[in-house]
Amino acid sequence: MVDFDEHIARALIARHAAREGPLLPILHDLQAEFGWIPEEAVRLVAHVLNLSRAEVHGVVSFYHDFRDAPEPRPVLKLCRAESCQARGADALAVHAEAVAGDRIAIETVYCLGLCSVGPNALTGRDHLHARLDAGAIDALVAAL
Amino acid sequence: MSLVFFLSDDALALACGAERVAAALRAHAPDAEIRRTSSWGMHWLEPLLEVERGGVRTGYGPVTAADVPAILAGEAEHLALGPVDGHPFIAAQTRLTFARAGRTRPLDLGDYRATGGWRGLERAREIGPAAVLDAVTRSGLRGRGGAGFPAGIKWKTVAEAAGPVKYIVCNADEGDSGTFADRMLMEGDPYCLIEGMAIAGFATGANKAFVYIRSEYPHAIAKMRAAVEASAGIVAPFAIEIREGAGAYVCGEETSLLNSIEGRRGEVRAKPPLPAHEGLFGRPTVINNVLTLAAIPFILAEGPEAYAEFGMGRSRGTMPIQLAGNIRQGGLFETAFGATLGELVIDIGGGTASGRSVRAVQVGGPLGAYFPPSLFDTPFDYEAFAARDGLIGHGGITVFDDSVDMARQARFAMAFCAAESCGKCTPCRLGSTRGVETIDRIIAARAAAPTPVRAELVGTQSTAGQPLPSLSTAEKKGSTSTSSVQTEKGQAELTAALTLIEDLCETMKFGSLCALGGFTPYPVLSALHHFPEDFGGAAETAPAGSEA
Repeated sequence: MVDFDEHIARALIARHAAREGPLLPILHDLQAEFGWIPEEAVRLVAHVLNLSRAEVHGVVSFYHDFRDAPEPRPVLKLCRAESCQARGADALAVHAEAVAGDRIAIETVYCLGLCSVGPNALTGRDHLHARLDAGAIDALVAAL
Repeated sequence: MSLVFFLSDDALALACGAERVAAALRAHAPDAEIRRTSSWGMHWLEPLLEVERGGVRTGYGPVTAADVPAILAGEAEHLALGPVDGHPFIAAQTRLTFARAGRTRPLDLGDYRATGGWRGLERAREIGPAAVLDAVTRSGLRGRGGAGFPAGIKWKTVAEAAGPVKYIVCNADEGDSGTFADRMLMEGDPYCLIEGMAIAGFATGANKAFVYIRSEYPHAIAKMRAAVEASAGIVAPFAIEIREGAGAYVCGEETSLLNSIEGRRGEVRAKPPLPAHEGLFGRPTVINNVLTLAAIPFILAEGPEAYAEFGMGRSRGTMPIQLAGNIRQGGLFETAFGATLGELVIDIGGGTASGRSVRAVQVGGPLGAYFPPSLFDTPFDYEAFAARDGLIGHGGITVFDDSVDMARQARFAMAFCAAESCGKCTPCRLGSTRGVETIDRIIAARAAAPTPVRAELVGTQSTAGQPLPSLSTAEKKGSTSTSSVQTEKGQAELTAALTLIEDLCETMKFGSLCALGGFTPYPVLSALHHFPEDFGGAAETAPAGSEA
């Protein structure tokens, strides 16, 4: 995560501004760059795309991927959907919360598409973990 | 003797440790070639390693890095599977859409062409748009996203719509738990989807396509981006753009998906107008699921009759069925429509992974009904499932063992709807929250009901094999009040709450704008009707779970 930088933000917005429906690609890039979508970014996007700030804010707040506040801690996204529930994800989530304490953020994701080998989790952008049990969670949390 | 390894680089194989196996192979056999293929779809065997020695190919699985030296020494008989294409799980399938699964390198254009790739597109260009529309119609192909609408009619509507700009949109927002066929297709055979989209564009006069892939699928996004770039010259002037979702389940609904591509909140649009008339950016748009479009190359290359000869009734062709949840042999099973639920779960899937008996299966994702084993004779077919108040949806089957608490599953269905509702219509936005509250009252009151709550639930929530502490705090709290006055009061509350939940489901079913609010009653009511003992009522006469 880095502090908001208007020059970087302008460059990210410019990369997509000519596309059809540029808003989501822009927000994804801003989220990846800054770790959240700061109010200054909303203002800037609205200005460049000629939208109202309310429209941009409405989109940011609609989608789970876009954060309106930074999350400085490492994040472990644990799947809590039905297929993982059937393999013990609910109890595992309680265990994960306990071992994570305040150092790691345990978040819920609904389905990573690995429904035959759950419980599953995601760390970072694309690091997937399957067949989790309490021991695997301990190792994952310790490594984050 | 030449040595070649085949190991999947599919997201599921990676999650199960394929990269560690690859590293061990490089360390122990530095001169051997490692080919990263798609996954065969036998997920309980991943990472599945195939070793080719002097032209003979043998599979091993599930493999860990520590097994590699023994496999190289020919001493890992306990992991040996023989030739993988002869494995009973593979041999029993009819793979038309997933014909390349396990066999080719996903991004290798040579592998794609050598296995019949682009023949469908070439055939389409030979016979012309009208004949393509006719072939798709005659194949009987219905939308694989869940609604089952005939693909040929949708395409024809767009082809006949006036306007200089039309779009193809591929719905790859596969958010249903228990489904992963779209992900496997995009990661394992991306050119097949690209070819299907190019044929759709050719037939309908659309020059531009968007593939909307959920952000929870980073590997599929990367593979599709690379494949679109590598094949751009082959499908030109048709152009494809990959769009990433942003974590909203409702964007799997086609009109909210269109709004999302346009850069709006993923709110559902009222229909009409149909997307075929006014879709993306107000233009005529074909919006199809990944599996629908990926079925197209076969239909064009082999002819519509070759596809339609499989299936039953009005469900023609094959369905890639996904076996998920607490199942021993989970994975992708493509078969002609008509196999029964029991064959799929018990004979093919081998029952539960935990070894306990099957109590319920949810078919069709979070909006699909729960079926007890007493309905395992239901054939996999759109109409047969509808006749039993269920749906096949995107073809996912999630298995639960006898430790499941169906009232909690019903509560989850409402809670999920509340979390993912786009907020546009009241039955879905508010009804789901009231639903959670009502089921909470049922869970609190059921302990006081005459039929004892299944006490064995407490403390035995099992994962695949190992016991874990129970979460059923509400049951523990509820079980303390046993005086007769409280029992009577509890029974009255329970009856009132049960009446209310049926009524609420009715309102959501008929009053919601889209399938999120409209179908959430399926899991709720099926749990209530097939498993009344979990809601404080008497069990069905043939106790659910007794046959598995």
